[in-house]
Amino acid sequence: MTLLDLPLAATRGNPAAAASYWDTDPLRYLDEHGAPVEGGLRPAPEMLAADRLLAVYRSLRLARAFDTEATALVMQGHLAVYPSSRGQEACQAAAALCLQPQDWLFPTYRDTAALAVRGIDPVEALTLLRGSWHCGYDPKRWRTAPQCTPLATQAPHAVGLALAAKMAGDPVVALCLLGDGATSEGDFHEACNSAGVYQAPVVFLVQNNQYAISVPLRKQTRALSLAGKGAGYGMPGVRVDGNDVIALMHVLDEALERARAGGGPTLIEAVTYRIRPHTNADDAARYRDQGEVELWLSRDPVDRLARYLTATGRLDAGLDAAIGEEGAKYAAAMRERLAEEPHVDPGDMFEHVFAGPTPQLRAQRAMVEAEIAAQSADSSAPTHGEA
Amino acid sequence: MSVATAHPAAAPARPPASSARRDGAAQAGPTPPAAVTLAKALNQALADAMAADERVVVFGEDVAELGGVFRVTDGLAARFGESRCFDTPLAEASILGTAIGMAMYGYRPVVEMQFDAFAYPAFEQLVSHLAKMRNRTRGALPTPVVIRIPYGGGIGGVEHHSDSSEGYIAHTPGVHVLTPASVEDAYWLLRSAIASPDPVVFFEPKRLYWSKSRVRLPVTTGPIGTAAVRRPGRDLTLIAYGQSVPIALESAEHARGFGYDLEVLDLRSLVPFDDATVMASVERTGRAIVVHEAAGFAGFGAEIAARVSERCFYRLEAPVLRVTGLDIPYPPPKLEHWHLPSVDRVLDAVERAMAA
Ligand SMILES: Cc1ncc(C[n+]2csc(CCOP(=O)(O)OP(=O)(O)O)c2C)c(N)n1
Ligand SMILES: [Mg+2]
Repeated sequence: MTLLDLPLAATRGNPAAAASYWDTDPLRYLDEHGAPVEGGLRPAPEMLAADRLLAVYRSLRLARAFDTEATALVMQGHLAVYPSSRGQEACQAAAALCLQPQDWLFPTYRDTAALAVRGIDPVEALTLLRGSWHCGYDPKRWRTAPQCTPLATQAPHAVGLALAAKMAGDPVVALCLLGDGATSEGDFHEACNSAGVYQAPVVFLVQNNQYAISVPLRKQTRALSLAGKGAGYGMPGVRVDGNDVIALMHVLDEALERARAGGGPTLIEAVTYRIRPHTNADDAARYRDQGEVELWLSRDPVDRLARYLTATGRLDAGLDAAIGEEGAKYAAAMRERLAEEPHVDPGDMFEHVFAGPTPQLRAQRAMVEAEIAAQSADSSAPTHGEA
Repeated sequence: MSVATAHPAAAPARPPASSARRDGAAQAGPTPPAAVTLAKALNQALADAMAADERVVVFGEDVAELGGVFRVTDGLAARFGESRCFDTPLAEASILGTAIGMAMYGYRPVVEMQFDAFAYPAFEQLVSHLAKMRNRTRGALPTPVVIRIPYGGGIGGVEHHSDSSEGYIAHTPGVHVLTPASVEDAYWLLRSAIASPDPVVFFEPKRLYWSKSRVRLPVTTGPIGTAAVRRPGRDLTLIAYGQSVPIALESAEHARGFGYDLEVLDLRSLVPFDDATVMASVERTGRAIVVHEAAGFAGFGAEIAARVSERCFYRLEAPVLRVTGLDIPYPPPKLEHWHLPSVDRVLDAVERAMAA
């Protein structure tokens, strides 16, 4: 009996079975303990330079600090919802770090930490999840599309933008982030197929965190590897350890370079794990065992790089503490700014429906403004029975 | 300006750049202009827009070599190269999604959906992205895409070739919805749609593709958001758009025989809706009938009837009536004449309204 023939519930309570299913062949540089694997990837020397790796490590720690703080903020009611990317920090950091300034990122709701690593102000990055507007950053300034919630629907946008850049002769690549579940959507297929036909300079990075809310990947597809789907679209498909940031960056760099040089799209599957529930509103105990989570905690992407850096003499306890301190400061500033009630302007609802207001919207805006005026007149009137 | 002729899969073409529009005013010539079909006017509008602005690109299914199944994109690929007019894979969501991505980069994509009912796969892209992108990003990322959709029945099409889907789209805040009924409007509204900073769904009444007018193009008509009075009248206002405009005009001719003087409005623009022109007309006549092909239940006519009732209630001499398609899936061609609004049904409604 092969693993695929196991009844669906068979891997539950059996982390080893689940692990061997997922861990057959992804490309790696480091093993789970942070030691280079024999016969693994051979990243370029620049990638392994101390400065470069320490910068990557700082980004991992920043992503972790961001995620930890956002998780706390949502628990305290300062965010409307937060889909955590804990355990996926290597993907988050690598996606942001591998891009050049002119490249475009197409993130999902889960990729807020990637936005932070890209340099977007955390308050702007969390605007969607705070509920004060839909997209809080300027997509053109940051070459970052609004975070996309309807699954895989951003993938055709990435293809279109990449095609446009190619037609304009600009050396711009689009990097589209997706989840494993999103690969079942029609838009994913249409986008990959079109990208292949147009030879668009786009890279699809699927963060295979094993679940789509409660649904494990084996209920999404019979395919053993998501990367293998690339073949059907005439593009390279690469399966990489998504908790090995060096391997990820190596694979991403290669794909981005190929796209930039006119070599067309690539599909990358990064095998990782969603440590926390889908969002703060989810109860993961209903569909997975803690043993599985424990197993993946032992494969932590941040620890893995730290061990490697320590073992190779690039990181010591002093420097590690200093980097931790940077993260703590970043988180403290986040907390201070996000704990405040956000400013919202009802006028925004009408301002950007069209380039100019229609007569109907002008009338509706006047109605809301009158309501606001009446409300503030009410609240400034003297009240009775209250201290 | 060099024009690449390669499919986008080939090497880069040239950077997009906006250039001024070159709308020549119609020149008065000694000979009367030749008759132009509505399809040809659309074709000319696309060609003129592409010539005027390098950012304008046209793509969809069968639009390049074939020139589109209705030939509206005929000759564009040959003239402008396959980087400006290209065939796409059969993937409507991807066609629109690609257009959105290109618009994010500064292009002005005009995409063709082959038939009304085959645009549905693109619905999610339209509703969740095209209509919302400007709003989501507080104006930072407008997506000025034009979606051309041949729509409507009466052409003997088998199932899935005769839908009127304007109601679904008009219900979506954030997109303009236009539909011409004349050759002149076909040209000018499409030029206006392509020049608009907002996304536009451009419904082309396919039964009128072969209607003709003696007009010298380019021509300008009204701006987006304005209805046209096609026939002034005192007794009752017929409110129509697209293929129902000729039905309304023919009905008005017949009604003259019964002593009724009907006004006919061609909405042209469903969104934005021209309340001013519609209400001014109903204020004059005191009676209104809406005519459209789409099913009546929760259709666009319901919106018009509600708006007229809200605004002109005390002037109305009769309830606002609707003459629409039946509330059935579009019937097979041998039965479609029972479904479509007819002059007879409009005249029946006129009798009822005038008797009230
Ligand atoms: C089209 C669509 N269907 C359903 C949903 C609801 N939904 C939100 S996230 C999610 C799971 C997605 O899983 P995956 O693609 O693996 O990404 P992950 O959340 O694991 O990062 C679902 C079903 C949605 N957002 N969009
Ligand atoms: Mg997932």
